[in-house]
Amino acid sequence: MLSPKGLRQRSDLMQALRSFFLERDYIEVDTPLRLPILIPESHLIPFTSEGCFLHTSPEICMKRLLAGGCERIFQICHCFRQEECGRLHQTEFTMLEWYHKGWDYFDLMRQCEELIGWVARRASGFAGLVEGDLLRWQDARVRLTPPWERLTVAEAFQRYADVSVMDALRADRFDEILVTEIEPNLGQTRPVFLHDYPVELGSLARRNRNNPEVAERFELYVAGVELANGFSELADPLEQRQRFQRAIEQMQREGKTAEMPEKLLAELERMGEAAGIALGLDRLCMLLMGCDDLAGTAPLIFAEF
Amino acid sequence: MYTASDLRKGLKIQIDGEPYIVTEFDFSKPGKGQALYRTKMRNMITGVQFTQTYRSNDKFDRPNLEERKMQFLYTQENEYHFMDTSSYEQIFLTKEQLGDNLNFLIDNMEVAVLFFGERAIDITLPTFVNLEVTVADPWAKGDTSGSDTKPVTVQTGFQLQVPPFVEQGDKIQIDTRTGAYITRVKE
Repeated sequence: MLSPKGLRQRSDLMQALRSFFLERDYIEVDTPLRLPILIPESHLIPFTSEGCFLHTSPEICMKRLLAGGCERIFQICHCFRQEECGRLHQTEFTMLEWYHKGWDYFDLMRQCEELIGWVARRASGFAGLVEGDLLRWQDARVRLTPPWERLTVAEAFQRYADVSVMDALRADRFDEILVTEIEPNLGQTRPVFLHDYPVELGSLARRNRNNPEVAERFELYVAGVELANGFSELADPLEQRQRFQRAIEQMQREGKTAEMPEKLLAELERMGEAAGIALGLDRLCMLLMGCDDLAGTAPLIFAEF
Repeated sequence: MYTASDLRKGLKIQIDGEPYIVTEFDFSKPGKGQALYRTKMRNMITGVQFTQTYRSNDKFDRPNLEERKMQFLYTQENEYHFMDTSSYEQIFLTKEQLGDNLNFLIDNMEVAVLFFGERAIDITLPTFVNLEVTVADPWAKGDTSGSDTKPVTVQTGFQLQVPPFVEQGDKIQIDTRTGAYITRVKE
C-alpha cells in the first residue's frame, strides 16, 4: 500500500502529465476497458470477462477516435495482461498513451524529451531525482537534459551482442538477447531511443521508406528500464490486414482464439498519417520516486488482497 | 507438471532426472515481445549452480521430494548417520552433503532429512539450537576497551561473536540460518 506521501507524489505526477498534454491542445479521452475484440497480438494474454476481454492497451479505441477526426488525444488508463508479474510487471498496470496526427516517430522522440523534462521539473523532492535533471535509479545516474541518444536496433546488436539482428531473429533469440545482453546497457547515463525494429516486430508500425526491412518503431530506455514504445502508425489497411492475419494464424497454432478487427481496418484509411506511443506510468513513477519495483508505486496491488 | 509461469524463487523442479531449486528469479518481457523467465538454479544434489532463461511453453516435472523427521546418531569417518525414530530405519549423509550444517549438528538432534525418491540429499536443522561454549576468554568486569562482542568457540568447533558476559561452559542459543548469537540459555 502506498503511503500518503507516495500517493501525493503519484497524483502530482499524473497532474503534471495531464497539464503537459492539455497545454498542447490534446483531448483527454476515456475509452472502454472491456471490449468484445482486441488487436491480435500473440505475446499478450488478455483476461476474459463474460465473453469479452479486459483490454491489454487502449490502442484499438484510440485509433478509431483518430479516424473519427481527432487530431491529438491522450489517455491515462489501466491495462490488464495475464501472467505478467515481476519487478517491472503487474497484471494490472497504468498506461499513458497518446497520438498526434501528421507526426512520425522522430517527432514523438523529441516530444518524449520535452515531456520527461516537464515532469521532472514538477517533481522536486522525489527520491529518484538528485538534482533537477539527474535521475538516480539503482546503479544508474541518468542526465535527463536533451538531446538523448538515438540508437538503431542493428547498431545495438553490433555494440552489445555477439550476433547480428538477423541471426538472432532466425534463431528465435531476439527477445532473449535484447533482455539479457542489450537492455542492461541502455540509458545508464542518458536516456536512449532504441529504434528501427525488424518489420516483423512492429505489427502496427509503418515500414521505413528508405529501409523497408525495418519498422518505424522505437522504445525509450531510462536506466535500463523500458519506459515507452512508440511508432509511426501503419495507416495502410491492406498491409495491416496481412499483418493481423499472420498474427491470427500464429495464435491459432498456439491454440488461442483471435478475430480480425474489421471495424478498425475499415476506418484505418481515414486515420491518415499519425504517430502514437504508450508509456508505462507506473515505471515512470518508479524511476522518479526511487522505488525498486512496480509494486512500490501503485496505491494498492492485487497481491495485497 | 509445472509451466514456466509457475517459476518463482524457492520452487523445486526436476530437470534431466535431478532436483533443482530456483535461487533467483526475474520475469521480463520486452515491449511487443515474448515472456522470458530468467532463473538461477542450484542442483539440490551436487550444489552446482547455473542460469537459464525459459519461455512460456517450457514445462518441468515435479521432483519426488519428501521430508522426514530423523535423529542424528553418530559419525563414522565421513558418514553421518541418522535414524527415523518411528521406523528405526537408518541412513547416512556425507560430510560434503551436510556442508555448513555441521557447524550446529550435535548428537541426538532432531532434523528434517530431505529425500529425493529413496535417496537422502539434504537436512534442515531446527531454526534455533542450544550449544555449549567450550572456549571463551574470561569476562573482565570494568573492561573499558569499548568492545561490544568477543569471539567464542562452541562444542561443534564453530566460532562466533557473542556479548562479553558469555563465559566458558555457558549454553547459548544460535540461529542456524545466520549463525548469529541469540541469547544465553539458563539451565
